[in-house]
Amino acid sequence: MAKTVVIVGGGVAGMTAASRLADLGEKVLLLEREEEIGGHLRNWDRLFPNRRPGSEVLHDLKETLGNRVEIRCNESPGEIHSLQSSFIVELESGEKITCDAVLMATGFDLFDARRKEEYGYGIYDNVITSADLERMLRSGSPVTTSAGKAPSRVGFVHCVGSRDEKAGNLYCSKVCCVTGVKQAIEIKEHLPGSEVFGFYMDLRMYDRHFEEMYYEAQQKWEINFLRGRVSECAENEDQSIVLKIEDTLTSRPLKMTVDLLVLLVGFVQKPETVRIAKLLGISIGEDRFLECLDEHTRFNYTGKPGIFVAGTSRGPLTIANTIADAGEAALQIHNYLKTLK
Amino acid sequence: MINEGKKRIWKDYQKEIADDRYFYVRSCIRQNFFPASEKAFLRIMQEELKKDVFENAAHTTCSGIGYHSDVVPFDTTMTVIARQFSLMTESGNENLVTSCITSFGLYNEVLETWKHFPDVLKKVRGYLKTATGREFEIPKNVAHASDVIFRFRKEISAIGVNRLVHHETGRPLKVVEHIGCHYSKMFPSKGVGGAEYPYVLVGMVEEWGGEVIDYPERRHCCGFGFRQYLVRANRGYSLANSKKKFESMKPYKPDFILTNCPGCPMFLDRWQYTLSEMEGVTYGENGRGIPVLTYEELAGLILGYDPWDLGLQVHQVPVEPLLDKMGIQYDTSRKFLGKDGQDLGRPDAPSVLKFF
Repeated sequence: MAKTVVIVGGGVAGMTAASRLADLGEKVLLLEREEEIGGHLRNWDRLFPNRRPGSEVLHDLKETLGNRVEIRCNESPGEIHSLQSSFIVELESGEKITCDAVLMATGFDLFDARRKEEYGYGIYDNVITSADLERMLRSGSPVTTSAGKAPSRVGFVHCVGSRDEKAGNLYCSKVCCVTGVKQAIEIKEHLPGSEVFGFYMDLRMYDRHFEEMYYEAQQKWEINFLRGRVSECAENEDQSIVLKIEDTLTSRPLKMTVDLLVLLVGFVQKPETVRIAKLLGISIGEDRFLECLDEHTRFNYTGKPGIFVAGTSRGPLTIANTIADAGEAALQIHNYLKTLK
Repeated sequence: MINEGKKRIWKDYQKEIADDRYFYVRSCIRQNFFPASEKAFLRIMQEELKKDVFENAAHTTCSGIGYHSDVVPFDTTMTVIARQFSLMTESGNENLVTSCITSFGLYNEVLETWKHFPDVLKKVRGYLKTATGREFEIPKNVAHASDVIFRFRKEISAIGVNRLVHHETGRPLKVVEHIGCHYSKMFPSKGVGGAEYPYVLVGMVEEWGGEVIDYPERRHCCGFGFRQYLVRANRGYSLANSKKKFESMKPYKPDFILTNCPGCPMFLDRWQYTLSEMEGVTYGENGRGIPVLTYEELAGLILGYDPWDLGLQVHQVPVEPLLDKMGIQYDTSRKFLGKDGQDLGRPDAPSVLKFF
């Protein structure tokens, strides 16, 4: 008899694990708290490094799910109770579901850029986040300032809320550097006459094609990358943004004006994931991401039999790495279920 | 500008400000710069708001300028501050109010040091006991005097006779608020509104009818950075700081500048004269400068105090254009009279800045 797996979270990790488990003959219930599955991928226009539309990847992931998986949207677990070798997941609607394993695929939240008060997000009209820009690009409307004008100068601030002790996040969010390079190129594609600047600590182009993309940004698109942190932003009378930066390569302070400033926000743990983790007794790291049993060989195990973790709820990952991680989680869950009587 | 965003941040940085029974520690330089401000604070607190404010003539400098200039070691500074606390303790008070922003920052720095390093506190208690035989308690509440005026801004408004509006047109006066760097840049949680968008002066301006200008160099230092000003060879940097601010605020046509630090009104006022002599530039209307006020002076004007009792005649940039806008009556013939009515003489007129 097929065992039942409840997957909490219908983003990239949840969808991938669900289809793999279905491939392996397991019964899956996929819970998604939003009105649709897809997670953050639903809001992303094009993906690095090849600028492929995010909708294509989302379509592929949905296709592999087919009709083999029960999907419940607008639904999330209220309580989860551990029994001898099974779990009762009590949904917020009050319904109780008995299952044999739970996969935490709850994903991440984007860092709330308002917490970096010096950048003025939520105060200055022309300071936006990478997610805001992605929405703008996805809508198909032209990239404009808040006044509806084409920006002639655009700045990107890297590591907003990542590798930042003051923000309480020492970790690297892994995807923002390359997202910044991708979005900078996209600005040049939309507005060839614009000047684009990236302000970075160091650029972590660690994966295949990333470095090439960074070269393309500089050589083909003439995007300027300046090493140094932005110390503060202020608004001019015309709502353009004045930046104060330390250029750490020339060891000089720098002041410049941009029409649009994009903050490359990183990953943070969801408070809801922390709540569920506490219910289940899963360890939470100092960075608030879920701990796994072993970083190298048992990264989908939480140490609690029957409770597994996949995707970005255990730390920042790219989409490709999330898919690989979730596939591995499905296999580990399948092997675990075989051990149950 | 999205003001809702600022309001959200202001909500995150509320601080407790004692309601009464303050032990007041004065600045060591303000009485030379704007001598009536501290007196105005005491008058407002004691006569208008009926609060108890205690002082002790034996209190000294906090040694802040010496400390920040690297001529007074931190151990000495902590012991000097411990002595101020002993004066407060001996007077039976627990709420400390500082007149000076540098002192406010330094008191907080010392208290934070003691909180994180109790051994240091024990050592300083020993130093003070050995040197003076005194003991002390840690204050329950530490506030800057601008925090206290902020706390009672509504009460001041209720009994006030003047508003920050143009008395003929009803237009809210446009105000540049300048916060001393040591108020909250070191410890954002110690200041009303935090470090990036402090609310302490904004709250007063809004309550009293004015409108705050947010200009690009709002956060920039006034020019009283100790290493810039105290070292003569660096003094050009001080002037450059002030100039940067004036150039940035000028297009917004401020009616006046409001400050909460001893050095800021001094430099923002005096350097306008210096810049006018050096470069022939003025930043106010019709060849005048932009008047600069302390928050006590402003509160005094709201309450209807005589401008000359508030010491406004010792400002380098004349305040009369502001008084005219607010509809405040003043007697020009009394401007240069001392408290005893003796004529102090008229200063020489600057060559560029319109003074008379």
